[in-house]
Amino acid sequence: MAEQENSKSRILVGLAIFAVFFFVLDIMLGSVRIPIREVFNILFFQKSENTAWLFIIEKIRLPKAFTAILAGCGLSVSGLLMQTLFRNPLAGPSELGITAGAGLGVAAVMLAGGSSASMYAISQLGISGSWLIVGMSSLGSALVMVLILAIAGRIRDNVILLIVGVMIGTITLSVISIWQYFSAPEQLQEYIMWTFGSLSGVTNYHLYVLSGVVLFGLTLAFAASKSLNAMLLGENYARSMGLSVGKARLIIMASTSILTGSITAFCGPIGFVGIAIPHITRSLLGTANHRILVPATCLTGAVLMLACDIIAQLPGAQTVVPINVVTSLLGAPIVIWVIISRNNIRSSFS
Amino acid sequence: MTGVQPYLATEQLTIGYRSKGLTKVISSNLNLALHPGNLVCLLGSNGSGKSTLMRTLAGLQPALDGNIKIGQKLLAELPPEELARKLSLVLTERIEVGNLTAREIITLGRTPYTGWLGILNVQDREKIDEAVSLTHVEDLLEKRAHQLSDGERQKVMVARALAQDTDLILLDEPTAHLDLPNRIEMMNLLHDLARTTGKAILLSTHELDLALQTADYLWLLKHDGEVSAGVPEDLVLNGSFESAFLKAGFSFDKMSGTFHVNKQSGPLTVYLEGDELLVSWTKRALKRAGFTLAIIANSHLKIRAMSENAVLSWEIEGFDKTQTVNSIEDLLHTLRQF
Repeated sequence: MAEQENSKSRILVGLAIFAVFFFVLDIMLGSVRIPIREVFNILFFQKSENTAWLFIIEKIRLPKAFTAILAGCGLSVSGLLMQTLFRNPLAGPSELGITAGAGLGVAAVMLAGGSSASMYAISQLGISGSWLIVGMSSLGSALVMVLILAIAGRIRDNVILLIVGVMIGTITLSVISIWQYFSAPEQLQEYIMWTFGSLSGVTNYHLYVLSGVVLFGLTLAFAASKSLNAMLLGENYARSMGLSVGKARLIIMASTSILTGSITAFCGPIGFVGIAIPHITRSLLGTANHRILVPATCLTGAVLMLACDIIAQLPGAQTVVPINVVTSLLGAPIVIWVIISRNNIRSSFS
Repeated sequence: MTGVQPYLATEQLTIGYRSKGLTKVISSNLNLALHPGNLVCLLGSNGSGKSTLMRTLAGLQPALDGNIKIGQKLLAELPPEELARKLSLVLTERIEVGNLTAREIITLGRTPYTGWLGILNVQDREKIDEAVSLTHVEDLLEKRAHQLSDGERQKVMVARALAQDTDLILLDEPTAHLDLPNRIEMMNLLHDLARTTGKAILLSTHELDLALQTADYLWLLKHDGEVSAGVPEDLVLNGSFESAFLKAGFSFDKMSGTFHVNKQSGPLTVYLEGDELLVSWTKRALKRAGFTLAIIANSHLKIRAMSENAVLSWEIEGFDKTQTVNSIEDLLHTLRQF
């Protein structure tokens, strides 16, 4: 047992080292070449002979790397929570319609621009800088969450609840589609740009807000780890062990909607991460204990998101590929590889 | 029984369920008790409402009327954490987490006692070790749930319930997925646990034979919802046992305490004598094949079963000839020719 614990903490330390390595790499690489020595100078002493470099690192690359870490942690952990809560390997924030709800909020802002005033406001603020969008996105995901919570109160069956979630997601997406169909091309373009996802829009105080909200969500998730463990044996066992299932479910769902809502608003709907990272993490550590899984999932999510961001800006190239494309393109093969080579994902759920 | 405070008692309890405004009563006016150190078996055929009674007693489902008392307190008024320290469960449903090790599953039993992060203290570890040694699952601890056989997994679940350190353990059909040796082992384990730990253990089952042999007390749930409670032997002698499982095609043998399949008797009457063990097994085969067994030796056919130097033989005498065969298969074959 002690040996197993050791190997687990070794993997955790390894993941942390990887995260730091990719973080530094992410800051070093980009369309503008900055010498390594200068990067370290800027990081540790906040000074450089070239003020443009200072600006690029401090105002663009650092916030983007932090956003990548926050998005990686938040989305992966909310996926982990969903999978345990619904006891279903296919559960994730996008699967339950929460991401779609956030999308509806964003669409409401971008596509409802009938009046010139709101059009002007949006183009002034820019896509991801708009607080209006952030607010509406969180409202949209909260709306779906409340709807699902209300249904969850009446239906005790998790599988049915998952099906309902998928249906709500589908309805929400079709509402967006109808809206898109009747929208002007310019509005459509802005919305579609948002759906590609971007980590670079979160700067200045946006970053502080996002960090605060994500950290709060992660704290809730970690605090719920004991309840999550008890729920592994099913709701009846959880109740027989003194867990107030309703309360635990509320905390878990609140954490999920906060994490997903805020990240989706700021970065767009980033797919794949929420569903895949928990599987990769469980597979790596071979444990179902959430006290280890929650932090480990954070680390894995951060590493993968940073790696995706590095690939997205194709070092040296002038263009940046949308992050959503990279996560799916890179992530799906990784998941397939992990499933085939480790062959123990299925065993987590049966 | 009087004088000892029961761990669990019901007063005029009515069980059943409500759905869409309709109330379906399964059983009413139940006055049952679980006493320390007793293994109680709840018997009933499929659909008689065993699970509903178990779920109601466990607090997973509300009672329609009446009270359930855990110690001195009412079950309905106990906060979940306190109830979890009085009553633990082993359910029929298969757990669906392959990645948990047996040790982690047993550790979960300490949930009602640990702090908000679930970190174990010295007492928690002691209770876990105790549960492990009582159920003899030491060798399984590092195995994952999906690597355990059904019998092993069930023992781990019992260990988890023991680690929960409760006066009462309720098990819903703990032998349902097990083969015969594992069923016997499980029942013996539960019987010993009731004795050594002084806990009150209630299990539902439809293993009549095993329940009759191991239970200190039986609760018989009949199809009409009536419950007869008592010591197994009393229930057999007063006919409750038989009436609870009455069905066409079966008869209950009070002598052996087993149920028999009734077969139409054939026209041929056979008299059987010889080695005791051979006679007993030959009798079973003949009954199944539809022969009538004669009590006195004046029938047309007489069979003498013999065992000499580990060689078994059956001598068939009748219809003016004598034949000898060496297996029951051949015996039945020969008899069918008459």
